[in-house]
Amino acid sequence: MSVQADMPVLRRSSRLSRTLLPYLLSLPALLVCIGILIPFVTAIYYSLQRYRMSQPWNRGMNWGENYLNFFTDSDFWNTLKVSLVYAGLTVGIELVLGLAIALLLQRRSRVNNFVSIMLLMPLMTAPALAALMFKLMTNPNFGILSYFMQLIGFQDFRWASSPDTALLTVILVDVWVYTPFIMILLLAGLRSLPTQPFEAAALDGVPRLEQFWRITLPMLSPYILTAALFRLLDSIQQFDIIYAMTQGGPGNRLMVFQVEAYLNFFQSTNVGRSAALLMILWAITYALSNVFVKNWLRLRERAKGGA
Amino acid sequence: MDHRSPVERILRALALIAIVVFFMFPIFWIVLMSLQTNETILRSPPSMSFVPTLKNYAAIISGELDSNAGTMSIHFMNNLLNSILLSVFSVALALLLGVPAAYAFARHKFRGSEDIAFTLLSFRFAPPLLVLLPLTLYFQALGLANTYLGLVWVYQLICLPLILWIVRGYFEDISPDIEHAYRIAGHGWFATFKKIALPLAGPGIAAAGLLAFIFAWNNFVFALVLASADKQPVTVGALAFVTASGIQYGQIAAAIVMSIAPTLLLALWAQRYLVEGLSLGAVKG
Repeated sequence: MSVQADMPVLRRSSRLSRTLLPYLLSLPALLVCIGILIPFVTAIYYSLQRYRMSQPWNRGMNWGENYLNFFTDSDFWNTLKVSLVYAGLTVGIELVLGLAIALLLQRRSRVNNFVSIMLLMPLMTAPALAALMFKLMTNPNFGILSYFMQLIGFQDFRWASSPDTALLTVILVDVWVYTPFIMILLLAGLRSLPTQPFEAAALDGVPRLEQFWRITLPMLSPYILTAALFRLLDSIQQFDIIYAMTQGGPGNRLMVFQVEAYLNFFQSTNVGRSAALLMILWAITYALSNVFVKNWLRLRERAKGGA
Repeated sequence: MDHRSPVERILRALALIAIVVFFMFPIFWIVLMSLQTNETILRSPPSMSFVPTLKNYAAIISGELDSNAGTMSIHFMNNLLNSILLSVFSVALALLLGVPAAYAFARHKFRGSEDIAFTLLSFRFAPPLLVLLPLTLYFQALGLANTYLGLVWVYQLICLPLILWIVRGYFEDISPDIEHAYRIAGHGWFATFKKIALPLAGPGIAAAGLLAFIFAWNNFVFALVLASADKQPVTVGALAFVTASGIQYGQIAAAIVMSIAPTLLLALWAQRYLVEGLSLGAVKG
């Protein structure tokens, strides 16, 4: 209680420095961030321009034309479709797999601990390098995965170089890298659930499958939602895996937003279109991230309250 | 305690084995490839019996690679050094900038603090190319193009939000009363920060720093856009490697193994911190 009594003295002695201090402490970080905000504003400006680096004389404001053109641009709709399909499928598969693995590893034991440490390894592998590893493994001449496909009867299964299986191949890499992330979060969630409801259900003889649907899943849902949103945010922007694997090919089969914007900028030097594409992607991620942050903060509060 | 039927236990064991095989096999296979000559790699059907050789690693370290067209000079060790420099300096700078800011956000609810913290966090989720592409043009004007300084600055895009948000959570968990008591004993805020807050948040700072290091190491797109060959880290260097014509497959595999080994070993060494950081604060301790 003496703390309370002495506080005014402290406050009076350093009033000015106390109001300035937080600003001073965060100022360096803010300055660095302003340096990042400037190019962001520039990108908005570019997106409203007719701007090709190859035709500097033709540069000028065209306001919303880059955006309006998207409505009639089949490449844009392809990009949107591929990005959404990629994000939806990867996150869906990773959620199901991640939840299944987390349930399997829920009980703390030496074997389960070992398995969960092993599962950290793909997550620690750079996605671009993971794509290269799978590229070697799917090489038609010596790739072990191509050989496995041959064994089960698929002669000449061409993985990323065929338009039919390219999507499957990059999704496989994404699932390999990121399933462990969802598993870790859901395992943390599972292990933090209160045990009483399960004990009560077991006493009443509720079948385990019903326990899962009626108790586990509803109680775990905030964790599932947080994990799904976080992954969705990343997945809709996927660049590394797809660029390292096929650079968006074959054809435009894997032309997701960021790969398309990258190639627009550096190959066709259409800066205006590239910036407009990225702005649309940004709008999607901004909306998603707001939902995510709300969920995440609620989850953190809950974890703190429970501890 | 275990009231599971034997059938169920066998199924569980099989599932666990399948999981470990699926997630470990690619790493295992790349390591095997890196220990083979081109002849044994190209054998059909593939076989696990071969005489291991370290020649691929020797070639990578010396920078003289065998290809179809004779010896090629590719200095992959330079990429490895770049990765180390970029990751270490990026994390160091992010800690230097981020820890005091995290403390400010946790301790003082000053005007606009929540908005600023959210803006910083939103960098983590914005498409990196949105910032990177205009930045290439600015960097050329500023003379920062293809410099370590420019790259380390851009790496703050991933390192800083991570450190700020994880460390902030740890500072918030420290009771302000401890700090008040120390200050009443006549110590200034800096001494309090150094002697009380920093040590108590130590594990959180370590976890955040570790994660930031791994994300920086694994980053691909920043250097792809902003660095030319002599400043590129392993992620970008390895891609150039694969697309360069006719390099022996074992040597590519060796380069990949050397690129992923540092983060994998770090993860094994500090897996507890890592899990804590990765679970987004949903679990503590």
